Amino acid sequence: MLSEVLLIAGKDLRIEFRSRVALNQVAPFALLILILFGFALDADRASLTTFTPGLYWVAILLSSVLAVHRSVAVEAGEGAREGLLLSGLRPASVFLGKTVALIAQILVVAIVLLGGVVIFYEATIDDGVLLVTSLVGAVLGVGAAGTLYGALLGGQRARETILPILLLPVLAPVLIAATRAFGDAMGTVAADGWPWTSLLYAFAALYLALGVLAHGVLMEES
Amino acid sequence: MLLGRFPALAGATLQVEAGEAVLLQGPNGAGKSTLLRLCAGLLRPERGDAFVLGRDLHKDRRSVRNRIGYVGHQSMLYDDLTVEENVRFWGRAAGVERAQQDAAAARMQIEGRLFDVPVGRLSAGQRRRTAIAVAAARRPELWLLDEPHAGLDQSGRDIVDALITDAAAAGGAVLVASHELDRVEPVVHRRVTIAGGTATETPLDVTTAGPDASSAVENARPADITTGGLDASSAVENTDVV
Repeated sequence: MLSEVLLIAGKDLRIEFRSRVALNQVAPFALLILILFGFALDADRASLTTFTPGLYWVAILLSSVLAVHRSVAVEAGEGAREGLLLSGLRPASVFLGKTVALIAQILVVAIVLLGGVVIFYEATIDDGVLLVTSLVGAVLGVGAAGTLYGALLGGQRARETILPILLLPVLAPVLIAATRAFGDAMGTVAADGWPWTSLLYAFAALYLALGVLAHGVLMEES
Repeated sequence: MLLGRFPALAGATLQVEAGEAVLLQGPNGAGKSTLLRLCAGLLRPERGDAFVLGRDLHKDRRSVRNRIGYVGHQSMLYDDLTVEENVRFWGRAAGVERAQQDAAAARMQIEGRLFDVPVGRLSAGQRRRTAIAVAAARRPELWLLDEPHAGLDQSGRDIVDALITDAAAAGGAVLVASHELDRVEPVVHRRVTIAGGTATETPLDVTTAGPDASSAVENARPADITTGGLDASSAVENTDVV
């Protein structure tokens, strides 16, 4: 099964390496959101600092929708989704492979954006371990839920518009927990970020399990 | 098979034996592609019996799929990957040896310089050749070909003809949907016409039929056609192969 997961993940990452959609389109889009938030709140520097974790995660979630859409579009273009059905690959392997590739792409965007908040918002990092741990947990959850909902809408013509409507509410717990954890890690709120980080991993585990179990049905029916 | 409220195939029983190549013909929208997709396990039959390679499509479509070589209207290739990367990816996904992948690519004449070209930059014919090579690498027991000559040049068409002949000669079963009757009739054993959602056996044109068409026509079992009502579904039965 591991070889199948790596085969799918490698294929998606190779396609990303060729097309550079995440690097040339998704990451700049995320940075642009960050800059626009900066313009909107720049007059109130204290508020900008306070809201940095929330603004960062809103930017990540919005740009993740683009990455998920791209991940789905790769399979929809020339009917490759049906090729995957005919290939004999296990649906769980397809799910995990696509999730791994999506997580890798969102992580790159998240790291670029982290540099953005440090530079543009003058954010400081008090607890690097908490920040990295919560970042990884949140991206795992976004990647797993994104792949699952992408598969749900894979065969829908209007998936571009439906995907954010369905996915963003589902990702609300990630936004809340990651914002709290980042608030603690950046010293903007007096809260313990570790319980929130645990919630992020619980969310990721739930959607990874759901994806492994349901991806086959979704590929067949969507 | 229902598309929305309407049946794509009102009711048809089609039987294809091992070592047999069958032409599916019929007007646009008759249900040829739907029948092929049904046999490939990509669509679920609504009612009736549907057996492919001895498996009941109502219960088990997955185990049939990787024994089939399906070439449809879409190439199922990744535009951003090269021809070689596509052949390798789909080959590995199906558990096909590298030598088998190379042999299929050589047969479709897509090896060499073309191997390094991204599929998105290929012509329609080259794309078609690559899609057929990907299917051929799996050495399928059942070929389902939807307009396999579309977009191909003369040499590509000849290769596809040889592929159909060889697949049937090697004991495989081939179902070809095509409007190019003059092209396909010489390489098939039987012709089935899909019209109004049903399938009927029609004799091959004796002036074009081959390679052993006369005996094939004489010996062929007539397709068992049953016509259902509005909500009847297609049935593709075969206890041996399809």
